Amino acid sequence: MTLWEATDHAMRLLLGGDESLWRIIGISFKVSGIAILMATPPAVLTAFALAWLRFPGRRLLISLFSTLLSVPAVVVGLTLYLLLSNQGPLGDWRLLFTQSAMVAGQVVLAFPILVAMGHAALQSVDQRAWETARTLGASFFKAFLLVLRESRFGLLAALLAAYGRIIAEVGASMMLGGNILDYTRNIPTAIALETSKGEFAQGIALGVVLLLLASTLNGLLHYVQGKGGVSTP
Amino acid sequence: MLNRLLFLFLSLIFSTSLLAGPQNHSRVIRLATTTSTENSGLLHYLLPLFEKESGYRVHVIAVGTGKALRMGRDGDVDVVLVHARSAERKFVAEGFGEHRFSVMYNDFVLVGPRDDPAGVRSAASADEAFRRLGEGKALFVSRGDDSGTNKKELALWKSAGVHPRGGWYREAGQGMGRVLQMASELGAYTLTDRGTWLAMKKGLDLRILHQGDPMLFNPYGIIAVNPERHPNVNHQGALALIRWFVGKEGQEKIAAFRKEGEQLFIPNAQPSELALLKP
Repeated sequence: MTLWEATDHAMRLLLGGDESLWRIIGISFKVSGIAILMATPPAVLTAFALAWLRFPGRRLLISLFSTLLSVPAVVVGLTLYLLLSNQGPLGDWRLLFTQSAMVAGQVVLAFPILVAMGHAALQSVDQRAWETARTLGASFFKAFLLVLRESRFGLLAALLAAYGRIIAEVGASMMLGGNILDYTRNIPTAIALETSKGEFAQGIALGVVLLLLASTLNGLLHYVQGKGGVSTP
Repeated sequence: MLNRLLFLFLSLIFSTSLLAGPQNHSRVIRLATTTSTENSGLLHYLLPLFEKESGYRVHVIAVGTGKALRMGRDGDVDVVLVHARSAERKFVAEGFGEHRFSVMYNDFVLVGPRDDPAGVRSAASADEAFRRLGEGKALFVSRGDDSGTNKKELALWKSAGVHPRGGWYREAGQGMGRVLQMASELGAYTLTDRGTWLAMKKGLDLRILHQGDPMLFNPYGIIAVNPERHPNVNHQGALALIRWFVGKEGQEKIAAFRKEGEQLFIPNAQPSELALLKP
């Protein structure tokens, strides 16, 4: 099968509403969506603490999160696999080969990105914004919200980057989800499987979805960063 | 504008997350099996029939036989469907599995490039074919992943008295489908189960060069994970699945499964074993 034939077939699968294909796409968005929702609040709090509070071990934590950025997904997958396996310490939860296990893996992958990029965004907010707000009688929480608002472009960029990473990630999803049809088979694991079976059309169709998603996220990211540039004094 | 974008993004995430349905675990059977049963399309054909009748949902995790047995040993799955007789026997003997039931068999075939540079087409036996391959005149791609096919291949080398080492012997560490593609691209030989071969041969530049030797026989067995060792496995579900596979309907359906007009698997459940399954 030539590249052209495969692509042509792929387009017909996508546009023709091939049911199994769209179910795989749905699973991908659902799992990664839940993961980003779970990871974002604690990650933003952590980033805020690292950027605005002074406590012992802060620098160590910052360099730890930067290191975690480059941990390969399969290592995250393997570590969680050993934890969640029936033989592992969390085996009683029976989470291995479920969507929850995939979510857990993606949360772990997204967290350092959100913290590292969120930290940079929050740190760039002018110190005086916080001091002014506090002096004018704003509560700690109000001032916190103000800082978040000031750095919203950077935070959104972190969100988009993390989402882009986890939705395209194959190693951890394959290990933790088991690539079960209609349950834990998402776009990247399906591409891996279809390719191994020689079904290149399906693989390309799913690749096109990821490509579209990546370019949409990138477009958003550029737009957001452009906006951010304008709003900085 | 930004707020609207943010809203759009978040609502997309939310709407997809709401689709999350809770999974009732006692209705789910986790089946670890080999890539050959999954890639050939057999399970895709059989399992919907079983699911409809029984009300169970079967989650198929398709890996090599070695890894499937490992998952069974750890209690991460409820039942295994694999093809490596001696490894299965050990699995049961060590108390990880309950009893091995024969389900079906097919056979392995030796495939390679049409012009057959190693000359295995004229070999009288599998031993001789592998001895000729061992001379190293042509590439051989091995699964190299501890799968049932890999174990069979290593046994065949041993029986032929060949120690497969050297530049002509490539261990891929991949599934059957991927290895067939690699062999096709490299103009190399490989050993494959007939099921995957029939399912994939259309896109491959390979031919069957040796088949039919009794040593190439490939039996599949199904084993429930021992609930005494792992009390939290879905043992009832595992037994229901086994009962269906070795029962009349499952066996008939296995025989009826065709790919490109050819039968891929021959059912061979043993009537004497069925007594062990009476509720």
